[in-house]
Amino acid sequence: MKKYGKFAALMAIIVSSLLWLATSTISSSKTYYVTISELHKLGNNAATRRVRVGGDVQKDSIVRGAGTVRFNLIQESNILPVVYEGRDPLPDTFKDGAQALAGGRLDTNGVFHAQEVQAKCASKYAPKPGVAPDGLQKKMVPADGQSAYRSAL
Amino acid sequence: MENVGALALLLAFCISLYAIVASVVGRLKRKPFLTLSGERAVLAVWFLVTTASGILVYSLMSGDYRMAYVASHTNRDMPPFYKFAAWWGGQEGSLLFWSFLLSTYGAVAIFTTRRSHRNLLPWVVAILSAIQLFFLTLNTFIVSPFQVLAVDRVVTSVADGMGLNPLLQYWAMVIHPPFLYLGYVGFAVPFAFAIASLIEKVPGDSWIHTTRRWTLVTWLFQSTGVALGSAWAYHVLGWGGYWMWDPVENASILPWFAGTAFLHSVMMQEKKGMMKVWNMVLVSTTFFLCIFGTFLTRSGIVSSVHAFAESPIGKYFVSFLALGIAAVIWLILDRLSYLKSEAELESVVSRESSFLFNNLILLASCFAVLWGTLFPVITEKLSNEKISLDAVWFNRLMVPIGLFLLFLTGVGPLFAWRRTSIDSLRKNFQLPGIGMLIVAACLLIGGMRYPYSIISLSLCFFVAATIVMEFFRGSRAISEKMKIGFVPAVIELTHRNTRRYGGYLVHMGIVLMFIGYSGHPFNQTSIGEVDKGSVMQVGAYTLKVMDLTEGDTPNYQWETAILDVSKNGQHIDTLEPTRRFYKAAQQATAIVALRSRLNEDLYINYAARTGNKATLQAYVFPLVDWIWIGVLVLIGGTLVALIPAKVARSYARTEVVGMAKKNATPVTNEA
Repeated sequence: MKKYGKFAALMAIIVSSLLWLATSTISSSKTYYVTISELHKLGNNAATRRVRVGGDVQKDSIVRGAGTVRFNLIQESNILPVVYEGRDPLPDTFKDGAQALAGGRLDTNGVFHAQEVQAKCASKYAPKPGVAPDGLQKKMVPADGQSAYRSAL
Repeated sequence: MENVGALALLLAFCISLYAIVASVVGRLKRKPFLTLSGERAVLAVWFLVTTASGILVYSLMSGDYRMAYVASHTNRDMPPFYKFAAWWGGQEGSLLFWSFLLSTYGAVAIFTTRRSHRNLLPWVVAILSAIQLFFLTLNTFIVSPFQVLAVDRVVTSVADGMGLNPLLQYWAMVIHPPFLYLGYVGFAVPFAFAIASLIEKVPGDSWIHTTRRWTLVTWLFQSTGVALGSAWAYHVLGWGGYWMWDPVENASILPWFAGTAFLHSVMMQEKKGMMKVWNMVLVSTTFFLCIFGTFLTRSGIVSSVHAFAESPIGKYFVSFLALGIAAVIWLILDRLSYLKSEAELESVVSRESSFLFNNLILLASCFAVLWGTLFPVITEKLSNEKISLDAVWFNRLMVPIGLFLLFLTGVGPLFAWRRTSIDSLRKNFQLPGIGMLIVAACLLIGGMRYPYSIISLSLCFFVAATIVMEFFRGSRAISEKMKIGFVPAVIELTHRNTRRYGGYLVHMGIVLMFIGYSGHPFNQTSIGEVDKGSVMQVGAYTLKVMDLTEGDTPNYQWETAILDVSKNGQHIDTLEPTRRFYKAAQQATAIVALRSRLNEDLYINYAARTGNKATLQAYVFPLVDWIWIGVLVLIGGTLVALIPAKVARSYARTEVVGMAKKNATPVTNEA
């Protein structure tokens, strides 16, 4: 039995060190997914958390300034003003009406400071209810395997 | 046309159902006619699915814009190559592609094994047909690729399609999904053989011998597929990342981990008759992870912008997985007594033990990646908060795991079976070990301060040295014995045992890839808004903008910056990063300019244009080329391992004598 003890001990060491690695970094690398209304409800907590919030880019709301880009996200009539302060240029898919996901923090004035923005362009066919079959109502579906969206990290 | 396609799929669905029933009943009632008709049914399914695929491809190529699938995934001005690739470009088509590959694999498997495995074949047919039935259910009833556009029930067509996402109009992306799918689908065959031999209670491990080549080919497709995806991300997305632990990427690497573990642990069963249950578990895990990977990319369960559109197929996948997993677990538990191990572990420093730890680590990484990928789903179920883990978490965990695996790659193959003597340890590891320490010391003195890069590079040296020594020793012995030159001796050595030396080459490929990964901390970046005549600096390179130009083609408009690249005041190259705006998809994409050298890549992305100024992102990525070289070596090594060995290996268990002796001892004591 002694040799099995050795195996067990080695495995226990490996597994527990992996568990330690896995759990010790969770708190620093977790990001909350929220909707705009949930973000507003969070109140003061929102400022301390790294969150990702999704929505559509409001039409004609994109204002490109020096080093920053301002735009509004809309989700079910909730509007969130966003300032993009990331280093990289915004992705190619980011434009009016695109679905976007902004990662960053909310400040006390209710403005969201995004460090990263991911965007996915909406289908150019506007679905007319009862007309187009499912195939065209879907958003553009990229081919398999890799995500086709570039994030500006 | 589309009706013929839909009808063919419906017929294929019925015939698959028939194949299952006929094979199972035929086997249980011992009616060879029935089982034979089951085999023929698989061929019929192949014919029907191929017909349906042919019709879809024809519609895509000829631009039949009455069809929803054609209209959503192609447009008139797209090159024919990409029109063909639209077959697997969207959800419906790619599921049809799955069915097509599965039926092709099934037909080939039946054809090659129809004489040697009469008793297993009915079950193999039944299992493959059951999987086929599932995919045909999706194809026929849930997400048919043959839907047409209609206004008020009158079939109509659109003038032009939406086109393929321009980011995907790149050669590696066109062949990446087929490779990955060939890898995903291929594991169905070893899985079917394993389960069939479990059902039939076939003693021994004939299923492993039969499917060894399958597994290896499939694994090769999977590795190539994952690597192509990585290469696509690097060359197309414009920020030079090759892996960012995105759910969709993770889906492709999960079965690869399990499959790699399986490839290693079957050797334990072949040579020593150990780990039989474990191999059953592994082959099933790999197969279910392949299904799970398809599910993850197709169902949008992990919601981020990266995931695919929400679709109704999720619950079907979950049911199929749950059913399949339950059945396999029941079967394995029921037949545990047929899977008894024939040998025991003896020492921690042995080949067996290194396989064991290799498996542990691969499975641990598999579990870790799965956990991290599903974390948002898990937390949403538990606490109603969706929490995602970012690449930092994955890297923190996976980098040490990867380095430990690299270490095992070096030591494992050189440990002897059963136990390793101190002498053999010294003989095999003294030189590489000392070399490794010297490399580490040199890197430290040279000013390198990233611990992981130092460990990685010195381990790379260590593993490479052990592999080179193996080749060198064997070849020298052969060249002395046969009186031939050294190079022919290397070829002779490899040819004598292609599995072993092909395996070493694969390991060498992994080493080269790790050299590439080690360069990551030394990346350099510079972003600049430039106009004609501006100068930018990145690393040792000076970029001077000679001109900004633009133009138009039917498919896209383009803008290009012409850059004069110089290093230390010397002109070395002219690079032209471009940006294209695809008209049909109304989307822009960058064509990165790359100056690739073995020591580093200069990578320039034309990111945006505002007025007469262009935003350029310039990067220097050290050592990245070694990743792609490593992939090529890995592919070459796997191909070598597939060549039949010159000296026929007998898999007689070396341990049997030892076992007998051990068992005999108590008897003599009693006497």
